[in-house]
Amino acid sequence: MRPGQFIGRGVFFVHHCPVGEKAKPMPQNVFAPWTDPQAKPLIRFENVTKRFGDFTAVDDLSVDIYEREFFALLGPSGCGKTTMMRMLAGFETPTSGTIMLDGKDISPVPPNKRSVNMMFQSYALFPHLTVYDNIAFGLKRDKLPAEQIDARVKEMLRLVQIERFAQRKPDQISGGQRQRVALARSLAKAPKLLLLDEPLSALDKKLRQDTQFELMDIQEKTGTTFVIVTHDQEEAMTVASRVAVMNFGKLIQVDTPTQIYEAPNSAYVADFIGDVNIIEGNATVDGERVLISWAEGQPDIIGTPAQPVAPGRVSFVIRPEKIAISSEKPTDRRNAVHGKVLDIAYLGNMSTYHVEMPDGTVIKATAANQRRRDSLPYTWEDPVWLSWTDTAGVVLAE
Amino acid sequence: MNLRRTSLIAVPYFWLGCLFLIPFLIVFKISLSDAALSIPPYTPKLELSEGWAGVRDMFSQFDFENFEFLATDDLYWKSYLSSVQIALISTFMCLLVGFPMAYGMARAPQVWQPTLMLMVILPFWTSFLIRVYSLIGILSQEGMLNQFLTWIGVISEPLTILNTNIAVYIGIVYTYLPFMILPIYATLIKLDGSLLEAAEDLGCSRTEAFWRITVPLSKAGIIAGCFLVFIPALGEFVIPSLLGGSETLMIGKVLYEEFFSNRDWPVASAVAVILLLILIVPIVLYQRNEQRLIEAEQ
Amino acid sequence: MRRLSWFNATSLTLGFAFLYIPMLVVIIYSFNESRLVTVWSGFSTKWYGELLRNEAFLDAAWVTLQVGFFSSLLATVLGTMGAYVLVRGGRFYGRTLFSGMMYAPLVMPEVITGLSLLLLFISINLDRGIVTIVLAHATFSMCYVSVVVSSRLVSFDRSVEEAALDLGCTPFEAFRLVTLPIIAPAVISGWLLALTLSLDDLVIASFVAGPSATTLPIKVFSSIRLGVSPEINALSTILIVIVTIGTITASLSTKRALVRKQRAERMAEQSA
Repeated sequence: MRPGQFIGRGVFFVHHCPVGEKAKPMPQNVFAPWTDPQAKPLIRFENVTKRFGDFTAVDDLSVDIYEREFFALLGPSGCGKTTMMRMLAGFETPTSGTIMLDGKDISPVPPNKRSVNMMFQSYALFPHLTVYDNIAFGLKRDKLPAEQIDARVKEMLRLVQIERFAQRKPDQISGGQRQRVALARSLAKAPKLLLLDEPLSALDKKLRQDTQFELMDIQEKTGTTFVIVTHDQEEAMTVASRVAVMNFGKLIQVDTPTQIYEAPNSAYVADFIGDVNIIEGNATVDGERVLISWAEGQPDIIGTPAQPVAPGRVSFVIRPEKIAISSEKPTDRRNAVHGKVLDIAYLGNMSTYHVEMPDGTVIKATAANQRRRDSLPYTWEDPVWLSWTDTAGVVLAE
Repeated sequence: MNLRRTSLIAVPYFWLGCLFLIPFLIVFKISLSDAALSIPPYTPKLELSEGWAGVRDMFSQFDFENFEFLATDDLYWKSYLSSVQIALISTFMCLLVGFPMAYGMARAPQVWQPTLMLMVILPFWTSFLIRVYSLIGILSQEGMLNQFLTWIGVISEPLTILNTNIAVYIGIVYTYLPFMILPIYATLIKLDGSLLEAAEDLGCSRTEAFWRITVPLSKAGIIAGCFLVFIPALGEFVIPSLLGGSETLMIGKVLYEEFFSNRDWPVASAVAVILLLILIVPIVLYQRNEQRLIEAEQ
Repeated sequence: MRRLSWFNATSLTLGFAFLYIPMLVVIIYSFNESRLVTVWSGFSTKWYGELLRNEAFLDAAWVTLQVGFFSSLLATVLGTMGAYVLVRGGRFYGRTLFSGMMYAPLVMPEVITGLSLLLLFISINLDRGIVTIVLAHATFSMCYVSVVVSSRLVSFDRSVEEAALDLGCTPFEAFRLVTLPIIAPAVISGWLLALTLSLDDLVIASFVAGPSATTLPIKVFSSIRLGVSPEINALSTILIVIVTIGTITASLSTKRALVRKQRAERMAEQSA
């Protein structure tokens, strides 16, 4: 298994880590070219801006993407992620700035001359051609000898496991199979870079999750660099070696899924990915620690900022699963607040408790349901304690 | 912009420019000229040999005399008025016949609908001239309609229908009926049946539900159908000349006769320009209705 | 299954009777023995024979077919180009004027179109004949073709064309290998519409036709001004039969396509 993948999958086990434990030290052979100043990027965006009339879709954006990466562009619709991808494919040209592929500016290269292929959100399969001819389409444009094309098409059909449907038309196969054909077609020409525009959004949830892992396997087998556009944060976290969170045409944070989840650089990123409590307050610095006063009559929150913060307004960001819930005041943790249960969202494997503080602030805490529902320990209106360690949350300057 | 794209745009652009825009400008130019006994029968003509002076000379001779003539001679403004009146009355009659048919089609069992649709489209593809012709045999003095009415005893003397305005109304309704039915049917078929059930559930009677739900929701189709009948009916030439009589005044026929019988090209051109000006209003209204329909679908 | 109320049944019956009885009468009387068109005097097909011996009609029909063939071909090519430019052309100088010119002939009264084209042909000294009719018909029917084709272009997923470019097609190859096969049904119906419009047109043709080229509608018009005749009944019957066969064939093939689509959907479900 490729290390980058490990990072991706690792995120889902974060919940089960003991609360407050620091991220495991990285193994030495980790796939992380972005940390190596010597590494040459495959793609480089340099101050790229794209405007459509008055609307700025991509705003002075710079980022490097490395070979063999599985790079996810994540953000709400209209954030500019699709525009970035379409500029890579050649369907849009930047208003200013340059995009380099392998060190060469690609703006003058038309889409049909780029060694970049794209898998479209709608799959864009040619309805009048069979599955086989769809996959062979790009190879025929390169005027390859017939037997070579045939061999490559068969290889692709095997790779995505749709040999049985080679002679069918796109409307005679299911949505999941169409998705595979689209993937095979875009991989057939062995592009340096494969772009995937919301590749799984048309599939239902179960199929989507299975396909995510398959996509990662295929990426590993072919060694192609993948850039995926998605608005589904779980998908980005699962598949990607690095995730770029975008909003209003800007990159907010580019980092590994673990870092994005555990160390968001802004309240926006924290809120966009997963469930989160954001508590605003005034910070005073006390050595490595920060004391945050956030409500009258409540003890200050003790936090550990990743970067030193100046005293003043800060946001304290903490995930609900990092907060423990108990009926007695815990003695081993310095952060503990008292409130009463306002609401319980029962999700089967776990429950999220909405706990109201005396000042009206509501804090969410998640607990695994180790017992059956009728014997859950807390119910509505129960007074409870919420507690967390000094390092469980993130302190962000405003 | 590359060469291929330019030529792709240029070919149809050039074609329409030469065969649509320029001819229309010529009509406009001749409408400002005077009739003359020459070939072609108008003056001034553009003398390109005289260069720029020739162009200036031509423009200096332009005037609105023909339009003044149209305004003073009652024949013309009466024919405009009567064209509008005939087009309006026939559009209304067409709606009265077309709406119940579209409604009946939309409510017919699903398996019948393709056949009913086919039966509406079939006349649409059949030659216009032949359909008008088929009415002549029905409407004439000794035609089928009179024979039938005499036979059932409604009338004793045959009615004179052919060569009257009534025949023109019938002709327009007959030939343009598919244009009325199709847009109305298209809106009615999209109407969600549960809306009517909801209206009845909330206490409407069937009739009330029809007037309060079905009719307002098919308004866009009704408007589209009315314009699709009214606009071509206004400039109609074949129907008034085959079914109408000497008292039938329609501007299309007047224009045709002015041009071919009187050989007065400037006046015929002026008649055309005014007809277009009259048509602009319904065309713009129709466009707006279509735009709204498209927006509503998005 | 819904049942038709008596009101709906009545309006449909009366409506379709109104639409079809006149044409049925024409068809029936085309087999009438007598020259009198209102009195039935026995079955005969002699008027079809008369019609086929009538040189003037045959010449006019030949002219009409030639005009229809060439003008519908031109109209299909130009109309498809125009639709492509309107839907996919993006912005270019004079786009509003262009879309106006593509749309205007649809609502322009035929007398004005005919008059303006005639004045053009006279001012450039083009002899009136088959060529002028072809030019005139191609011009107004290309706009109808464009409407049919552009509605298909609008409804199909643009990314299919982009996928073709992405896989290495030049823009022209993308049009030939992907766009054209997909819009082909619309192009064919546009062509049929253009053909029908050309074969039917009376008003524009009577402006731009010269003495050397009389089309069938012009011939029919001048002869029915004199009244109903059994030869015209026979001719009408032939035309009605052709159109009926054509329309029914077209609707059957649409239905077949629908059945094929449903079968494909079933296959897709089973393969999942």
